[in-house]
Amino acid sequence: MKALEVKNICKNFGGLKVLQNVSISVETGERRAIIGPNGAGKTTLFNIISGITTASSGEIFIFGKKVTTLSPYHRARLGLGRTFQKNNLFSDMSLLENIYLAMRINKSPLNMQDFLQQWGMWNRRNIKVKKLSYGEQRQVELLLALAQAPKILLLDEPTAGMSPVEKGLILQMIKGLDRSITILIIEHDMEVVFNLADRITVLHLGQVLCEATPEIVKAKPRVQEIYLGTTGEEGWH
Amino acid sequence: MTPCTSSRLLRLVVILILLVLPFVLSSYGLSIFTKVLIFGILAMSLDILIGYTGLVSFNHASFLGISAYTVGILAVHGINNFWLTLPAGIIAALLLAMVLGLLVLRSSDAYFLMITLAFGQMLYALAWRWRSLTGGDDGLAGIPRPEIGLPISMNDYHNFYYLVLIFFGLSFYALSKFIRSSLGRSIIGVRESESRMQALGYNTWALKYLAYIVAAGFAGLAGVLFVYFNGFISPEDLSWSLSGMIMLMVIIGGAGTLIGPVIGVGVIFILQNFISAYTERWPLFIGIIFVICVMYARNGIVGYLLKLEAKRRRCNESPGSKEHL
Repeated sequence: MKALEVKNICKNFGGLKVLQNVSISVETGERRAIIGPNGAGKTTLFNIISGITTASSGEIFIFGKKVTTLSPYHRARLGLGRTFQKNNLFSDMSLLENIYLAMRINKSPLNMQDFLQQWGMWNRRNIKVKKLSYGEQRQVELLLALAQAPKILLLDEPTAGMSPVEKGLILQMIKGLDRSITILIIEHDMEVVFNLADRITVLHLGQVLCEATPEIVKAKPRVQEIYLGTTGEEGWH
Repeated sequence: MTPCTSSRLLRLVVILILLVLPFVLSSYGLSIFTKVLIFGILAMSLDILIGYTGLVSFNHASFLGISAYTVGILAVHGINNFWLTLPAGIIAALLLAMVLGLLVLRSSDAYFLMITLAFGQMLYALAWRWRSLTGGDDGLAGIPRPEIGLPISMNDYHNFYYLVLIFFGLSFYALSKFIRSSLGRSIIGVRESESRMQALGYNTWALKYLAYIVAAGFAGLAGVLFVYFNGFISPEDLSWSLSGMIMLMVIIGGAGTLIGPVIGVGVIFILQNFISAYTERWPLFIGIIFVICVMYARNGIVGYLLKLEAKRRRCNESPGSKEHL
């Protein structure tokens, strides 16, 4: 079954065409990476899927239900969770309060203690989120989305600005997620992308340049050219 | 002594002081304190919007005003039973908030402030022009103290003080419970990050609407008590200048602390009464206090004290702190 379908989405900001006829179809349980250079329209696409930004035209379906005109909270209640490119947390609240807010509205079956222990954050529960390190805050960003027990998870550059060790930790967290959760990830780190994705969609100048398995995308000279400015195989490493 | 015990002790002392005040203060002093408690309810209700929801509303006096006018009009028509006028005043404020909320909550940030200001001024102009109902710029005068159905007279300022004190205590308790409830936490979540709350599945508009109505309800209660305290209501009592003054009280006392705005009311009223005895330019001093707060204590008086207390605790907890001392 298709978890998410994006059909012919266009987004214009005045005269600027940010997205042009973007169509993506994601199967349930799939790990899909969206890559592309800065300004390709990746985050705008995520904002349109989650309902923060309205599309100029096109349609979006979640598990076959048309959600194009639904508000972000309606989409969240259908099982759509997301993280943000820049930390978007309840900074003045403790970690426990953050998780509580995420679980409460979705009547999550998870137990807060079990959940935080599972992710190794239970001993940090009473600390205000703004006092946590940047790496921990990125982790909380992901935990908030997971605490709402999502069926589809949109991850917007989850490892941005992290050290290699912290990146490894986040990668392990994502890889360990159950296959019942469908994941779309925007990521610039190709190691993370190739490690995680079943399929990759390449966006360029607001259009889908190609969509294929990591091996095929890796081999496409055009993708290497626009993404890395090189056609050499060594460019991905 | 643990922080919890000292906090309880402090509360007990404050309650005792409030209870014995009528025996200590002159009638003038007690009337100032009664006014502080009434405006304390009003300021706490605005704190729900400014401090906890992140909505800087500039028409809060409208809710006080419409409630006070409702009670005043009923009193003019011979209805002065407190248990009828109290719900009537509060319902008037709630209805106004239900209608205004639908309109003003379509905007946010500075636009929200501007649109609330505009609606506040529209109501002010309505009260000014609708002379047959509101008395126009003459207002409604001679509103008697309420009948509460007990063999005690509210004309006695001691009794009226205790009536206000009871409602102040109930309001403080109810609002404290409200902000600590899961609904209250959700409202704080909206202040912290509305987009995140939406992404989690919260209808943030509904949460803001609810906060707006709750705040208006308590402002309505303050309006009922105010008109009985003052015996008079005029368009000035729903003007933008009063809304601005309450906002100032909330900010000086400490937005988002609930008790802070009450302290803000106390500081401003007491200063106003003392300084105005010496000079007509008392607003200048309040302006200076506001500037000092903005520059050195952005979280207001209570916010500043809490910061000092947190710093003191950190010093005590840090290893080797005794040696440093």
